[in-house]
Amino acid sequence: MSLLSSSSLHSNRVVVAMSGGVDSSVAAALLVEQGYEVIGMMMRLWSEPTACGAGGVNRCCTPDQMADAQRIADQLRIPFYVLDVQEPFRRTIVDFFVREHEQGRTPNPCIECNRQIRFTYLLNRALALDAYYLATGHYARVVAENGRFRLLKGVDPHKDQSYVLHVLRQEHLAHVLFPVGGYTKEQVRELARKFHLPVASKGDSQDLCFLGDGDYRRFLREYGQPASPGPILTREGREIGRHEGLPFYTIGQRKGLGISTPEPVYVLRKDVAQNALIVGTRAQLGQQQMTVRDVNWVVELPPAAPITAQVKIRYRADGVWAQVSLQANGRVQVHFREPVFGVTAGQGAVFYNGDECLGGGIIAESE
Amino acid sequence: MEKRLIYLDHGATTPVDPQVVAAMQPYWSELYGNPGSAHSYGRQASHALETARRTVAECLCAQPGEVIFTGAGSESDNLALRGVMFAARQSGRGNHLITCAIEHPAVLETAVQLRDLFGFEVTILPVDEYGRVRLSDLEAAIRPDTALISIMAANNEVGTLQPIFEIGALARRCGILFHTDAIQAIASTAWDMAAMPIDLLSVAPHKFYGPKGVGILFVRQGVTLVPALTGGSQENGRRPGTVNVPLAVGAATALRLAVARRAQDVAHYQSLRDRLLDGLCRLFPQVCIITGHPTARLPHNASIAFRHLNANDLLMHLDMAGIAASSGSACKTGNPKPSAVLQAMGLAEEWNRGGLRFTVGQQNTLADIDATLDALAQIVPRLYKLAEISG
Repeated sequence: MSLLSSSSLHSNRVVVAMSGGVDSSVAAALLVEQGYEVIGMMMRLWSEPTACGAGGVNRCCTPDQMADAQRIADQLRIPFYVLDVQEPFRRTIVDFFVREHEQGRTPNPCIECNRQIRFTYLLNRALALDAYYLATGHYARVVAENGRFRLLKGVDPHKDQSYVLHVLRQEHLAHVLFPVGGYTKEQVRELARKFHLPVASKGDSQDLCFLGDGDYRRFLREYGQPASPGPILTREGREIGRHEGLPFYTIGQRKGLGISTPEPVYVLRKDVAQNALIVGTRAQLGQQQMTVRDVNWVVELPPAAPITAQVKIRYRADGVWAQVSLQANGRVQVHFREPVFGVTAGQGAVFYNGDECLGGGIIAESE
Repeated sequence: MEKRLIYLDHGATTPVDPQVVAAMQPYWSELYGNPGSAHSYGRQASHALETARRTVAECLCAQPGEVIFTGAGSESDNLALRGVMFAARQSGRGNHLITCAIEHPAVLETAVQLRDLFGFEVTILPVDEYGRVRLSDLEAAIRPDTALISIMAANNEVGTLQPIFEIGALARRCGILFHTDAIQAIASTAWDMAAMPIDLLSVAPHKFYGPKGVGILFVRQGVTLVPALTGGSQENGRRPGTVNVPLAVGAATALRLAVARRAQDVAHYQSLRDRLLDGLCRLFPQVCIITGHPTARLPHNASIAFRHLNANDLLMHLDMAGIAASSGSACKTGNPKPSAVLQAMGLAEEWNRGGLRFTVGQQNTLADIDATLDALAQIVPRLYKLAEISG
């Protein structure tokens, strides 16, 4: 999917993606204060039918949150529109989430949503309205330097969201604003109070917004193929138990395997061909290297020679030192300095040089 | 830079005419009495209220006693349906209601509630491709226990006029009461309730330059209504609650002005509407159709549909261009359903999310129409391009 080209963009016009939460509300208020012509938009992404029929139980874009966002927009005196994105979201994110799990991977749907929905579908709709920018409440920063845009971590180390934004390219960054990226969460709450926004004390939004109860296993049971139980094998191929279906386990999981062994065992990987869950010791979980596919380089200049970078292997993980080498096929080989535990196929691997997000991709299955 | 705003949503509401504002003015803080009070303050208010009632009656060729002031057009519809059906049950004269698939929700949802919660039987008639009820369908639906037929005079979304004279005549032959929701049609048609076969008629003054918060229900003399609200004896016990005198005065003044200006307004609306429809057909011959009846339609309504487009997107872009329109499928919650009206008319899936309604008014000019056509000439190709790249 490409971006709409338009020659009539208004450099002062911004569409802000509003969720009814603190971060996007403060983002909108900051932009108004900075003198932009701000347009609020909320995406209706998903509504899971409930047992009683009407309404939805998902955590995002509920009628309550819509009403909150509407009230904020009204208070800021900006237009506010709700977009119906349910069909594209189901097609590109929910189906993808279920399919990936069925293929033995653990996807991060936020990354895919940013790539296909937020910074393509929504950005295109902003551009179509002649808005030069799309703003979101993400904790990340964009800086322009010598005609290039660099993506930096948010100032608040606990809230940094550059991990899920590594899919952005120069053409996106030219049209993206992250107004709260330069603040800590505490400062953002402070700003919400200063702007008298009635959301200052609202809780943080959750990952996997489309899961009503946060229980992805229940979701997969409901929306995926029927579970297919199979063997739990050691690396040597010895069956030591049975599993309920591969999608219900995560790499590195120790509890809930239903097996008792003298030494604790961990899920090492999923063998989809054999429908087997492979388990082993903590030491066997450690990995010295991994392959990363579908790599995006934010600066659009892949490093010619191997580089040393900090690599994050999931959203809530610290970066670890590694050597990152580009392969001829565009994939990236990552060699960790120290063994890393819980490398999970399907999750994002994101490369950093200090505060700068260089790019990233998806962790491929290990051999 | 202030952009010029163009209001083409008079089917939603209209500005209050300054003459109406002036007529209401004394009744807020000077002549504020309760018309039910038996003292001079009450008499002043009562005089204003009854004068307003007489004015409305004259405009409709009705008797003052046939005019009830309510709180909204929707309330008038509710009172008509609930009032007649509960009275029919009380007297044992019937239990069956006939309405049609493209009624305003004030009628349709009321009918559904009467059926689902109160045990009445309801027939919802289909409509043809133009949104018209077929008399043969109506005739076939009539039963010995049919108490009421409720068919709108003109559809709010596509503007199609229903054959209400034929429907009313049929109802009368069968001894069935006939209600029509005339909320969209009232200002552009001449009404002679003494001669027309209509027993109940709903009116909403804010659709013709009157105030919001007031409705009118014409109820033919002799028709018994069980009140939908219970309380005091205002409006002959049919609509309890202290009557809002300034709004009743405003409603009557607006109706009087509408009747006086009718011929002039209708000609003005038609010229604007035709220019808009002609322009749209010229600009988008392949992807735009006119919805509703080609000739039997409200003079101020231009309803169209764009193939494969979403009305929400069109309205958002029009709004950004300063143009106010509306749609039967647009919604503020981002969960748009296909338009129920367009669906009932049998429009194919590819059209029924892209329905737009422009409703012109007194203050619109040909320049407004041309500016709207210019804006759509920009917006529509852009939305198709957007659909193309994001699949």
